Amino acid sequence: MMDFFWTNIWPWLTWSPILIAFQSLALLVSLLILVAFLLYADRKIWAAVQIRRGPNVVGPFGLWQSFADMIKFVTKEVIIPSGSNKVVFLMAPLVSSVLALSAWAVIPINEGWGVASLNVGILYIFAISSLEVYGVILGGWASNSKYAFLGALRSAAQMISYEVSIGFVIVTVLLCAGSLNLTDIVNAQKGQYGMFSWYWLPLFPMFIVFFISALAETNRPPFDLPEAESELVAGFMVEYSSTPYLLFMLGEYVAILLMCALTTILFLGGWLPPFDVAPFNWLPGVFWFVFKLCFVFFFFAMVKAIVPRYRYDQLMRLGWKVFLPLSLFMVVVVASVLQYQKVVG
Amino acid sequence: MSVVNVFFYIFATTLVVSSLLVITSRNPVYSVIFLIMAFFNAAGLFILLHAEFLAMILVIVYVGAVAVLFLFVVMMLDIDFAELRSGYMKYMPLGVLFGIGLFAELGLLFKAWTLPADVAKNIATPVPKDEAITNTEAIGRVLYTDYVLFFQTAGLILLVAMIGAIILTLHHKKGVKRQNIAEQVGRKREDAIEMVKVESGKGL
Repeated sequence: MMDFFWTNIWPWLTWSPILIAFQSLALLVSLLILVAFLLYADRKIWAAVQIRRGPNVVGPFGLWQSFADMIKFVTKEVIIPSGSNKVVFLMAPLVSSVLALSAWAVIPINEGWGVASLNVGILYIFAISSLEVYGVILGGWASNSKYAFLGALRSAAQMISYEVSIGFVIVTVLLCAGSLNLTDIVNAQKGQYGMFSWYWLPLFPMFIVFFISALAETNRPPFDLPEAESELVAGFMVEYSSTPYLLFMLGEYVAILLMCALTTILFLGGWLPPFDVAPFNWLPGVFWFVFKLCFVFFFFAMVKAIVPRYRYDQLMRLGWKVFLPLSLFMVVVVASVLQYQKVVG
Repeated sequence: MSVVNVFFYIFATTLVVSSLLVITSRNPVYSVIFLIMAFFNAAGLFILLHAEFLAMILVIVYVGAVAVLFLFVVMMLDIDFAELRSGYMKYMPLGVLFGIGLFAELGLLFKAWTLPADVAKNIATPVPKDEAITNTEAIGRVLYTDYVLFFQTAGLILLVAMIGAIILTLHHKKGVKRQNIAEQVGRKREDAIEMVKVESGKGL
């Protein structure tokens, strides 16, 4: 039987635990630096669409903007509303950010480059991303404020609705790959047609469904109803300030990045080069992974910039009446095709 | 004591303590939070038993979906605890009786429960013989072959329950304007706009 905890338990006997700690630290640090620059990129892309300059003061081209923001967040006073539930109020942002970061433990950045290689890796990610709703709900409830609570309620319904279709999309990918391990899923996409044998083309409608569901799952515009600025001020985050707010923002962006990474792994062939010929395969897998990640993130940013916010009933209709039947139908189709291939050839 | 044992005791103690806190907390929201913690630690115990698929499903289904709805309901309801506790002593004997019954059954499981020798031949073995297959695959093989009837029946029961719940709550009020998306999308310029030449001073 495969050892589930081989990275966590066996190293105590065979490896040095310091190595695992070092790997995790390296992953977290590079992840946070990536988040800082992607946040900047997000704002720059958004600004460019609206013909503004965006952040351009701190450092060359405003590159250090995120770091300046971080210092500002950390040095400000933490304001806890007097009517709030203090323990839960402070726990919510921690839950949000820690869960978002911990999901990255199983993401393979290159062949064999992951902190853990679980044989149920995709289920682990699905489990963790389904828990991220807790940060939002608890934060909204503990704030003891109407706007925050409304935001939390919206978010709970929204995230659960779209998880269903994400689940079915993942099932179609799993049926094709025949494994729950993320490394195996990427390797299963290695085909003779290069980037055309990655799953985005054979499972094309699912790629789009997954992308849109990922937007809804991470509360990105056009599905940002939990924090809709024009109606709920900032939704569940309205009472938060300084570091707890920073943690919420961090958790949100890390979760967005996680969804980008998941799109890369499930549909865009992870670390695989687009064609297995020179000069594409000279570049290391990490480059391709980060390149695809940023490519997907660019679309996340563009959607934020150009699509108006959905109305709440439209959002629910899209999730339950369009995506759910479509993805369920695709599961049946993919399973039938695979079974047919098995029987015939 | 190996590392697995250390983790077992950590998970088991936290599980028991948080289960106790579920029923003793005064704030129902705390109860749900401790329930989530109990689920988590149960998942940890599954992992130690190499049942990682079950562990993940436990977290996805119970923590990710069921407990969210619990939390939802508990936060929305304004529960009066003094009123809830007023009937406490009245139901105490019944509760104790059930507790003793369940505890006795638990004891029987360890002492008085043995399998006849020929049962071992009949049960489909859930533990895969082949070391190479993962336990996800092992469960799948058993679930969709030997137990497919029970599996499908369980699915049907859940479907019926779901339809029942929807029917109970679905009320279409009369006189409420609803959006018909197909009608909106199918609307053409000719249906909506009419060019009218209005003479000045007359109106339509």
